[in-house]
Amino acid sequence: MKTAETPFEFVTVSYLTRIGNQSAGTLAELLTGLEQCSDASIFYHTYQTLGSHHFLTEGFSNDFAQWVLADANRNDLAEQLAALDIRDYVSIAALRSDLCRVVGDYCEAHRQFAGQSALERFYFCESVEVTVPLGRSARTLDEFRDGIQHLSHAGFYFHFISSRLRLQLKTNDFSHWLADSLGLRTLADSVNKIDIYTNTLDSTRTKLVRLIDRERRKA
Amino acid sequence: MSEAVALSRIPLDDYTALLGPAEIEELRALAKPLRGRSIEMINSTAVGGGVAEILNRLVPLAEELELNIKWDVMSGGEDFFDVTKGFHNALHGAPYHTSAKDFEIFLAYNEHNRATLPLDAEFVVVHDPQPCALIDGRPPGANHWVWRCHIDLSHPNRAVWDFLEPFVSRYDGAMFSSPEFSRQLPIPQYLFYPAIDPLSEKNCELEPEFIAQVLARYRIDPQRAILTQISRFDRLKDPVGVIRAYRIVKRYFDCQLVLAGGSASDDPEGAIVLKEVLREAGHDPDIRAIELPAWAPLEVNALQRASTIVIQKSLREGFGLTVSEALWKKKPVVASAVGGIPIQIIHRHTGLLAHSVEGTAYQIRYLLSHPEIAAKLGEHGHQHVKENFLITQKLKRYLTLFLTVARKP
Repeated sequence: MKTAETPFEFVTVSYLTRIGNQSAGTLAELLTGLEQCSDASIFYHTYQTLGSHHFLTEGFSNDFAQWVLADANRNDLAEQLAALDIRDYVSIAALRSDLCRVVGDYCEAHRQFAGQSALERFYFCESVEVTVPLGRSARTLDEFRDGIQHLSHAGFYFHFISSRLRLQLKTNDFSHWLADSLGLRTLADSVNKIDIYTNTLDSTRTKLVRLIDRERRKA
Repeated sequence: MSEAVALSRIPLDDYTALLGPAEIEELRALAKPLRGRSIEMINSTAVGGGVAEILNRLVPLAEELELNIKWDVMSGGEDFFDVTKGFHNALHGAPYHTSAKDFEIFLAYNEHNRATLPLDAEFVVVHDPQPCALIDGRPPGANHWVWRCHIDLSHPNRAVWDFLEPFVSRYDGAMFSSPEFSRQLPIPQYLFYPAIDPLSEKNCELEPEFIAQVLARYRIDPQRAILTQISRFDRLKDPVGVIRAYRIVKRYFDCQLVLAGGSASDDPEGAIVLKEVLREAGHDPDIRAIELPAWAPLEVNALQRASTIVIQKSLREGFGLTVSEALWKKKPVVASAVGGIPIQIIHRHTGLLAHSVEGTAYQIRYLLSHPEIAAKLGEHGHQHVKENFLITQKLKRYLTLFLTVARKP
């Protein structure tokens, strides 16, 4: 079994939610908020919310889409916002730009809805991230499998979902290490294709372990 | 002073069966850099009320993580608590006539406590308005003071808030239960959800025989659908609106309605509301208005677990932790979109929100017609509580807060 020169260091993450100074009661105000809020706020309402609501695998994508659906009652816009897939982005700036484009275009095309009051206001919040090492590392596929089995939801989320922004690549920590340190590019690609929108963190982990086991049987 | 507080000790490992070993290991990893560092929690009462209930559980868990934590309760006379009760209601938006004497009493007791409480910890968490002027006693040096506000400050009495704000603004941060409850302040504000303890009597698993006994005691038929609202008899909980919604549902479904809440005997307004409820219920044998003793966690637990659907049709609400209690028990919930309820009920995912009597009735009928959807909402609701509203998550949030404020210059 191959041993990596650079070990995979397992860490976990915890987020504090900071309440922002902006809120929105209409789609037009949502657009203003999207343009002006911090990067940490865009992260909170898209990346972080996907992790904290990972158990919702039917139609929950991000806080903006959920508010537009449940409070602004604009199903068509909600669908467009929900369709933005964080895996397509390696920067918050690009994601913000698309969020603004989608809401801006909708407000332009449906001016009668842009100023309509929603049932409840949307409050912009932001993430404050704290990471801590778990004191566990892996150099082989077996050790890697064992480490993944012992990860909390937050740790798994950190390595599999939020890692894209850190790496600035359309991949995740697991796939990155499997390809770069163990040379297992096919496995890395398969892992990266596990759909985080239609799987919970638990079912994603189960699929990942299954892929690792298949690889181990080849060895 | 902390020695006087009787703490409820449940080993952290007891939560492993519910949460998994990785989640507990994560708490230990987050606590590691904080081991031995001092934390002081300060509030105004050792027993009664949600804050004391939470600290009673939280402090022993933090001790188990080897944090040097103590819980101090400020002292005050009847005059002080009369004033702070008035402040509390005023901050919630109730009319209040302020007087210079009230402010003097408030400041005098805070000054007295500054002299008697240690206030020497690295992290000091001051809960609610009563002790908030203790910030005047903050010693120089590397310490971090944060203010945890458990009440809704969205529409405060101007005079009371103007008096308190200069104190609050000198903390390093403030925590609120919902963004909606916060104020514009010059300090960072954080979201801190209230929490339930899954191992407490109100939320632990119960034997089916015990649940059956409770239902029999209150003459509730376990074979027919049970709609339940647990809340004190208070107009803001809209029990009469719940009966009206039930009546609409009853046209199409055979069901019973349970309205259960704390005793109204020591609450004059509660007694009036209970009369209104009984009048509205008339002679309907399927409506049970139950006056529970002030502390009846097992009965509440049993009634929630026996319910087909749990309702929380409040007109105004704080955070509304009864919603989390029901969701933890995997119950489908129909609730008003007020206060902290939309944080717990993600519409169509973890429950259903409503905005009127008719809307509430419609959502209940929908769930009674689609038990498979009701079950899925209950399951997702349980997961939502597990991820966000358990006491272990609250402990994690505190650890994260301390790590965050400590790294700031």
